[in-house]
Amino acid sequence: MTARTHMPLGQEAIAAKGWLSAYKYLLLRRASQLFFLVLFLLGPWFGVWIVQGTLAGSLTLGVLPLTDPFVFLQSLIAGHWPELTAAIGAAIVLIAYALIGGRVYCSWVCPINPVTDGAHWLHRKLGLQKGWQPKRGTRLWIMVTVLIVSGLTGAIAWELVNPITMLHRGLIFGMGFVWAMIAAIFLFDLFVSRHGWCGHVCPVGAFYGLIGSKAMLRVSATNRTACDDCMDCYAVCPENHVISPALKGKDTPLILSPDCTNCGRCIDICAEDVFKFTHRFDALTVAPPEPTAAPEPRASRPF
Amino acid sequence: MSRVGSPLSPQRRRFLQDSARVAGGCVAAGSLLAWLARDARALPAEALRPPGALPEKDFLSACIRCGLCVRECPYDTLKLAELGVDAVATGTPYFTARDVPCEMCDDIPCVAACPTGALDPGLDNIDDAKMGVAVLVDQENCLNFLGLRCDVCYRVCPVIDEAITLETEHNARSGSHAIFIPTVHADHCTGCGVCEKSCVLPEAAIKVLPARLARGSSADHYRKGWEEKEAKGAPVVEGIIDLPDRLPGPGTDNLVAPGGFEPSFNLPEVTQ
Repeated sequence: MTARTHMPLGQEAIAAKGWLSAYKYLLLRRASQLFFLVLFLLGPWFGVWIVQGTLAGSLTLGVLPLTDPFVFLQSLIAGHWPELTAAIGAAIVLIAYALIGGRVYCSWVCPINPVTDGAHWLHRKLGLQKGWQPKRGTRLWIMVTVLIVSGLTGAIAWELVNPITMLHRGLIFGMGFVWAMIAAIFLFDLFVSRHGWCGHVCPVGAFYGLIGSKAMLRVSATNRTACDDCMDCYAVCPENHVISPALKGKDTPLILSPDCTNCGRCIDICAEDVFKFTHRFDALTVAPPEPTAAPEPRASRPF
Repeated sequence: MSRVGSPLSPQRRRFLQDSARVAGGCVAAGSLLAWLARDARALPAEALRPPGALPEKDFLSACIRCGLCVRECPYDTLKLAELGVDAVATGTPYFTARDVPCEMCDDIPCVAACPTGALDPGLDNIDDAKMGVAVLVDQENCLNFLGLRCDVCYRVCPVIDEAITLETEHNARSGSHAIFIPTVHADHCTGCGVCEKSCVLPEAAIKVLPARLARGSSADHYRKGWEEKEAKGAPVVEGIIDLPDRLPGPGTDNLVAPGGFEPSFNLPEVTQ
């Protein structure tokens, strides 16, 4: 570790790459989240009906049905055999995320992501302790529990509490007391458990992680030999246990953990451009420079 | 403390502790969720589901709360329940007849929009819908029961003369008029709620209730003798002797009947 560990987070990246490059994927992500939300809101707010419905189930341009596969699965287990429209919609979503990357949903679409990202930002600014950190497998157990409860009660169980669809539906159809639930999640992530909701609890994220475990889109620590151990990527990553095997391991530089949300913050924050988006068959790494030259800045190396 | 046998392995202890923690956490969270799921079934009486909705228990396994039925409803009848505001399972569609009743569209767009079949696509004739049953709940305030000719619920009924009829009865108050009693026939009533919406009283005297509240049921083993007799074309019990009935009239021990006489025996009077 170097003295740069103690520099404010991201300052080095901004200095090296410029502000825009240092926030590129974060800005793109916010734009994407806004885009998907606005698509749904254009109808009820401005009468432009491109997409009807909510994230649980929607109809685009009157032809494309989409269904949340986790809701669909709960419905099946609860004992209902859905009509073909819902089945086609679930299959489309399932295949799309299985190809692109399951938790792309979490960081590029889910409306709760800005809430928990906001909580994490404030958490860092206030310098709070990380708090309660249940095991990473917890959300999988919660997912299993949700499916069992769906089977036992004959109701789509997680939709009774799911803050994702509740917030989304709240914005589109009417909020009720959903704001209190969103505030609770913000406070939970801020004071009780760092990255608590999205990183440890949410069974929807766990489900999308599972379906995307063999997905194409991956972040790769291609240029890992240039890593100067500033630790900034660990500080911004919402699932930072996924970094080490790729960055510090001897095998593939690809981040293959299904927990990675493909948010791209590690790419943004790295002043040395260690990470990049690629596909899962691209296991190339940049050849290590000569051992003696490694700590030197690249510009000073004789070419 | 003495140890017997092999020393306890810390890994095993840790594994058992972790397993117990996971199991305990799952049971606690699952119980909470199951309680919520059971609680969600309690649909308030004034909340009506859209046409073709499956029975409430099945509905909650089928409805993904997408709101597509709400979007297709041309009269803004349907709403999605809001958390903590409406006492209906959050995000599921319902309507309140007194606010906006179901206008019974011929093409039933809400059912066509439902991607999951929570609204049964087998419903192809809106007259077969069973959203609830209208009940004239307040005979004391209903204007027709008072002997007036309001008739509004009858006249607005989309299934007029089948779902609601006016049955005449003698008006004992005036002695010389008829009372036109609005009478609901549950077999034909769709529960659309137009009658409840149109009732002129400040609080409707006719209300659509879920069938579970509005209706009783006949016991399976009940047979109506007069129907059985008609179906058979003869008395149900064979060989029965049909004795002449003792009708009121001359020759009966009933002083009220003209020509009646005093009964030979009277029950002892009960004093209170």
